[in-house]
Amino acid sequence: MSNKTYSAGVKEYRDTYWMPEYTPKDTDILACFKITPQPGVPREEAAAAVSAESSTGTWTTVWTDLLTDLDYYKGRAYAIEDVPGDDEAFYAFVAYPIDLFEEGSVVNVFTSLVGNVFGFKAIRALRLEDVRFPIAYVMTCNGPPQGIQVERDIMNKYGRPLLGCTIKPKLGLSAKNYGRAVYECLRGGLDFTKDDENVNSQPFMRWRNRFDFVMEATLKAEKETGERKGHYLNVTAPTPEEMYRRAEHAKEIGAPIIMHDYITGGFCANTGLAQWCANNGMLLHIHRAMHAVIDRNPSHGIHFRVLAKALRLSGGDHLHTGTVVGKLEGDRLATLGWIDLLRDSYIKEDRSRGIFFDQDWGAMPGVFAVASGGIHVWHMPALVAIFGDDAVLQFGGGTLGHPWGNAAGAAANRVALEACVEARNQGRELEKESKDILTNAAKSSPELKTAMETWKEIKFEFDTVDKLDVSHK
Amino acid sequence: MSEVQDYPSRLSDPASRKFETFSYLPEMDNDATRKQVEYIVSKGWNPAIEHTEPENAFDHYWYMWKLPLFGETDVDRILNEAELCHKANPGHHVRLIGYDNYKQSQGANMVVYRAPL
Repeated sequence: MSNKTYSAGVKEYRDTYWMPEYTPKDTDILACFKITPQPGVPREEAAAAVSAESSTGTWTTVWTDLLTDLDYYKGRAYAIEDVPGDDEAFYAFVAYPIDLFEEGSVVNVFTSLVGNVFGFKAIRALRLEDVRFPIAYVMTCNGPPQGIQVERDIMNKYGRPLLGCTIKPKLGLSAKNYGRAVYECLRGGLDFTKDDENVNSQPFMRWRNRFDFVMEATLKAEKETGERKGHYLNVTAPTPEEMYRRAEHAKEIGAPIIMHDYITGGFCANTGLAQWCANNGMLLHIHRAMHAVIDRNPSHGIHFRVLAKALRLSGGDHLHTGTVVGKLEGDRLATLGWIDLLRDSYIKEDRSRGIFFDQDWGAMPGVFAVASGGIHVWHMPALVAIFGDDAVLQFGGGTLGHPWGNAAGAAANRVALEACVEARNQGRELEKESKDILTNAAKSSPELKTAMETWKEIKFEFDTVDKLDVSHK
Repeated sequence: MSEVQDYPSRLSDPASRKFETFSYLPEMDNDATRKQVEYIVSKGWNPAIEHTEPENAFDHYWYMWKLPLFGETDVDRILNEAELCHKANPGHHVRLIGYDNYKQSQGANMVVYRAPL
């Protein structure tokens, strides 16, 4: 329809992009932004500006706008809500038509949604709180290379969370000494050990030497314990070509699982690597270095639940989620929310857990939640209660810091884990009866008894910075 | 703090071989096993029994004892079936599985009779 004429100049965003009458379509990508506008900017104008700048708009009218149907392609700010306990900020809900985004491209979705708009002057602070990916878009993404069920089958682990440990010190060990630490952990009863995120290929330990020694350690521990084991070989690399070279070698030597840092490595590298893993029968562990830079500030950035959804779409079989109880940040209800978003196939809107939209993943496999950071045997009952079975519980210091060494530390954690699972299955309340359950288990395990004595008093009781908005003020 | 203790696991010692969930705990008595069977039944999972020679326990596939007990909710019947398998194969590990057909996975998997060393 050629009923529009061109008139140059600056229009108010809300004339075009504020559409409170719009009913979102099932195929729309929906976003909830928390907006703190500059003083004097009306909410509708700020919301409209965000939807414009994250979709079709620019600051002034251009004649080429009239060569297309902008009313179809534009993002639509369709609702505004108060943020509980915050007088300045408000939530703006924006709907984007699905054809604004390339199929299967987490890269493209985020380039649009959180591109230029976050530096926009009319906005003092902006946070992407949640995104609803329509099933039509989900189906264009490959997602986790194997998923929870397939990983359980490959690794032969059923009816319990998996146990892991990050090898420390983070940096500085030679490849052979590093393999020793791996071997001791695995023979003691862990399912997995892990490269730390910044272990890539430094001068003191080149990646190929590490991979080879670690593989020998893994195979010997398997033979010794009769159980399936793995070590997350970190293939995060300076270039995609180098990343694939490392992944190929890991596959060649028979490693079951590799690892990648999806934020520092980038969504493009991660999506490619996840597809490579799917094609090569490999499991993929995902670390989230740099996430707190993006997700910790309650008024600016991207909420972790959105980063978690991005990872499930881009692909990974494990993702670090915080522990609730350990040394790193994490509100309990909010953490439970994003754990569900990683693992379940349909998650209902639930504001009490910070979930703003229903999310349907259809047939896309789930991702194991990884709890890691400052946890030890005394946390085990709470961890099993919070995370349930589909999680990897990773005790770094809580394994390697055992007075008798890694194998004893690993055995202590394994005994504690199994005692908690047995008690849970019997209908006992883990968090209430934790002392009783662990003390009883320690009767048959001197390793556990010593671990319990070592870490009796260690707690990390600091207030969470990024709380759910309901609890502010 | 007590003296450092050695971790006594050896390739040469068959007792060092484990068999996944609950194998780091002492062998369950009848009462404890019954509670785990009750858990499987309460979850609506399908019980199944498998067994193997200890030296082949690493394999994914063990010998299936008859067929899974689809829809069986009688704890005594399930325990009895495990015992029958054990009596017929006294030198084998016998494990009890709870098939979760909705998740297409096993919700539970535990050895309920350990082979004699």
